[in-house]
Amino acid sequence: MRTAAYLIKKLLSASVTLAIISLLIFGVFQLLPGNPATIILGVDADPLQVQALSEELGLDAPPLQRYARWVAGLFSGDLGRSVRYQVPVIELIRQSLPVTASLAALSLLVTVALSVPVSIYLAKNNNKKLPTFISALMQVGIAVPSFWLAILLVMVFAVVLRWLPSGDFVPFSQSVSGALRSLILPAAAISIGTTAVVIRYLKNTMLDQLSMDYVRTARSKGLGKNKVLYRHVLKNALLPAITMLGMIAVDVLGGSIIVENVFNLPGIGRLIISGVGNRDFPLVQGLVFYLALTVVVVNFVVDLLYAAVDPRIRLK
Amino acid sequence: MIKKAGRNTNFKVGAILLCLFLILLILSLICTPYDPNKMNTQAKFQPPSFQHLLGTDNFGRDIFSRVMKGAQTVCFVGFTSVAIGLAAGFILGAVSGYLGGPADEVIMRLMDAQMAFPGIILALVLITLIGPGSVSTALALGVTAVPRFCRITRACFMQIKELDYIKAAKSRGASVPRLIACHILPNMLSPLIVTATLAFSTAILAEAGLSYLGLGIQPPQPSWGKMLFEAQAYLLTNPWYAFIPGCMITLTVLGFNLLGDGLRDLTDTKTL
Amino acid sequence: MKTRKERNMKNFKRIIAVALVGILSLSAGCAATQKEAAPENSVPPVTESASPSAAQSTPASDVTVRVALGSEPDNLDPMLSAATDTAAVMMNVYEGLMGFDQKGDFIPAIAQSYTAAPDGLSYTFTLKKGVKFHDGKDCTAKDVKYTYEKLAGLTGEKPLNSTLSQELVKVETPDDYTVVLTLKQRDAGFMSKTILSIEEEGYADNSTKPIGTGPYKFVEYIQGQKIVLEKNENYSTIAERKPTIGKVEFVIMTDENAKLMALKSGNLDIAGVSAPNAAALGDDFSIVQGPQNMVQVLALNNAVKPLDNLKVRQAINYAVNKDEIIGAVVDGKGTKVESFLSPSMATYYNDNIAAYKTDIEKAKSLLKEAGYEKGFDLTITVPSNYQTHIDTAQVIKDQLAQVGINVNIQLIEWAQWLDGVYTKRDYQSTIIGHSGKLDPQDFLNRFTSTYDKNYFNFTNPDYDKLVTEAAATTDISQRAALYKQCQQFLVDQAASVFIQDPHIIFAVSKKLDGLQIYPVTFFNMSDIHVKS
Repeated sequence: MRTAAYLIKKLLSASVTLAIISLLIFGVFQLLPGNPATIILGVDADPLQVQALSEELGLDAPPLQRYARWVAGLFSGDLGRSVRYQVPVIELIRQSLPVTASLAALSLLVTVALSVPVSIYLAKNNNKKLPTFISALMQVGIAVPSFWLAILLVMVFAVVLRWLPSGDFVPFSQSVSGALRSLILPAAAISIGTTAVVIRYLKNTMLDQLSMDYVRTARSKGLGKNKVLYRHVLKNALLPAITMLGMIAVDVLGGSIIVENVFNLPGIGRLIISGVGNRDFPLVQGLVFYLALTVVVVNFVVDLLYAAVDPRIRLK
Repeated sequence: MIKKAGRNTNFKVGAILLCLFLILLILSLICTPYDPNKMNTQAKFQPPSFQHLLGTDNFGRDIFSRVMKGAQTVCFVGFTSVAIGLAAGFILGAVSGYLGGPADEVIMRLMDAQMAFPGIILALVLITLIGPGSVSTALALGVTAVPRFCRITRACFMQIKELDYIKAAKSRGASVPRLIACHILPNMLSPLIVTATLAFSTAILAEAGLSYLGLGIQPPQPSWGKMLFEAQAYLLTNPWYAFIPGCMITLTVLGFNLLGDGLRDLTDTKTL
Repeated sequence: MKTRKERNMKNFKRIIAVALVGILSLSAGCAATQKEAAPENSVPPVTESASPSAAQSTPASDVTVRVALGSEPDNLDPMLSAATDTAAVMMNVYEGLMGFDQKGDFIPAIAQSYTAAPDGLSYTFTLKKGVKFHDGKDCTAKDVKYTYEKLAGLTGEKPLNSTLSQELVKVETPDDYTVVLTLKQRDAGFMSKTILSIEEEGYADNSTKPIGTGPYKFVEYIQGQKIVLEKNENYSTIAERKPTIGKVEFVIMTDENAKLMALKSGNLDIAGVSAPNAAALGDDFSIVQGPQNMVQVLALNNAVKPLDNLKVRQAINYAVNKDEIIGAVVDGKGTKVESFLSPSMATYYNDNIAAYKTDIEKAKSLLKEAGYEKGFDLTITVPSNYQTHIDTAQVIKDQLAQVGINVNIQLIEWAQWLDGVYTKRDYQSTIIGHSGKLDPQDFLNRFTSTYDKNYFNFTNPDYDKLVTEAAATTDISQRAALYKQCQQFLVDQAASVFIQDPHIIFAVSKKLDGLQIYPVTFFNMSDIHVKS
């Protein structure tokens, strides 16, 4: 019974959050001044064209009716048609999601692949000159504005060295290696900052662990320094570091908005920005709602699993 | 504490960088070598010289003067947004953490909803709504910082109100404002300061990001983010123009981050 | 403070969160790839584009040329499209009865010849034989009739073109290759309506799969990425426009730097660039530049205080130094204009205009006469996506400060500009460029009181009369004289500050040749060929 009550409570609060989000999204974008039909057609539009388009887009209906229509659409999985691109929003999400998802995945991968060995090295050689220099460099990495970093990376690797392409995204359907190549620089631009954050955190936890009693005990029992480090210290330090990755996954998605624009990548971030500019409400609402939904669903499922493992939560 | 601070490299370097920033800021309030907005189209893109320490920009304006004046903008946007985020976040977090129950539930759902909304999009929409400028930029960035402060405050309140001596004070009949002011606030000062320091650097970077998207500070008011964005158009011909505001942003953000990290280490605060 | 167990629990919770994010994005990704394979995408797949180095040794028909496009197309169907960039691309796919050349003169396209009736009320077009749509069907009089009747709303449906709906009375087809268009009233500017794209009768999918008669066939449009065209092997309409380049990709790039970097790294062949960057690209690219038949204007709202005062407007005109703007903002790559017409319209441009010469003292005394001796505050609203206009505003702020006018620059989004300034006319002054048209009427008409987008709020019955008279005059030299009078009128009334025609500057890969600039933005890919 308690489990059921807890489940219902959590489900309810998740739905409340979603309802608030839907209102927030719809309200906020409706308040923006500007008529999509005039934006699409531009300065030289014929008034007759604007009128025809406004009617076609259903912009004449009152806001409440449009909200109801939108929410009803959400339930049936129909996010509406993009005003700008004249195709269903879901279709655009399908086109752009692989780009953003793979960019995010690659950035996370780079972050993990770099931060673990580097922080082990730093923890092992704490207070030496080179490691301190690396730490300092990492701090600088977080402090550089992302779009500038992105442009500098392109300048060096695409323009001067010509190792990697820029401004040309090769879809996965065409060439997987080509797609990966065009994602390397954007992923680097995003992961420099996140890597620095993770290294800092991981290094500090490892140093904390190294000063703990069990390390001394293990060492005194005759276990090798490296064995202690990898078997115990790293394991114990990685668990809290993974909590960072959850946060960083969110950062990566946010960071991709600007990076996608600099690199001309056809992902969600670029769609959102152009959608706001074009007052393409169905598109922006759909995209933002999709992102928000992901976050809420993840939190909800985590809460449930958490409760399933630790019954004390339900009793509170 | 002071001895410890002297040994903490993060804190030391951060403090030095911020002192430099403060000196620049104070100097800019007294005077700048040139009027930062005065154009001289005959002297575009002068290289650095004794006359123009950091050269001139695409309108022949003195870059050093603009960098100095820009420090004021950075300071204004940073402080105002942190103040807004802190004030609103603290009140919401305090209500939520102290009262618990339905109030907590409603506030946390609101915060959840806002956190699920990409920050830069929220700022973009808010600025579009209010109209651009440094005030609206600061306001928008302040709003995006609210959940961060709210969560920290709430966690502190929930933790502290369970402590025995608070319970004791409560049972003695201490008034709620007094309780908060005398017992709870001092206990949560360090996490708030650390969060505020880091939020400041987030605001500087976010301002640059908004400038890139064509919003934010209005020209010709100098702002480092805007300068960095405008300089991108001359990246091939005059790379040093972009280099200067880029470095200023990086150094200042670095200063705040190091200071925040240092403070966190010194006060042994756990924040993310 | 926390027990070990609690901490582990928290970690566990977060691990699950991370795993879930991964699974969700993966599953969505899978759904996406599956969908892409579905048959609804019936457009042929793009083959690997030729790399720049390989292009040297391959014949032109195998070459892919990549061109930067500054904005997303509004609608691929020319009847529903109004955006300049879209037309610039789609004029490769569609053709009108007539076309136009670099000088803006009309040349026969689908029509072989035409005759205007002496009363100017009807035009008879004789069509070329053998012109085919991309689906292989012949283009005949019935397609022309279909297009014009649809645009003018003669079929009972809603019209799509206001001018035609007011003017066009009927379309007759005496035979398969003759079309007679009958007008309600004389309109000397009617020829500019003969370049409207002809669509195939009864074909309803022009928005998604455009079919025209042009030198290039539409291949695909990927939203947010590119429009791909390929050579039309059977092209015959205009002999000198036979295409040589095998495939053209118009890559949508909104970021100026992305464009620049793509050029430098060899991923773009042709792109419009800014003046300073053109200088920096110089060695690797050939630079093609020239006036683009645009007028950049500091538009003054003639209906609000203090701009409703002629003396104030004149003072602003005296205070603004256009040469300095051109030097500072576009590196001198602009042509100064004195009225609301670009000098590239050589026939109609009044090069003998009595204009305002920069004179600070004169401006000050005019302000004094108007009662603004101490100056006033002026807000210039500028769309935030046009750096040239923003820079211009900054220079003007500096210049107007000399006469005591305190300028506030207000950047707003393009969407807000269209809504607040252009449609609702809720502004004081703004800076904007009005782009190329073939008929001077389309420019000068903007200041008539009946024009619905007269956001200048300029109303003057004498001016209206002049423009109406010019529109009905078919004799070119008489018409030109009237339009020149119109321009002087706008200057005398200081209707706004007409600044410059900022040049359009293209960087073109050294392997290509032949790019031409047209008075209407037009990427004529038939002009481009591979250097031997």
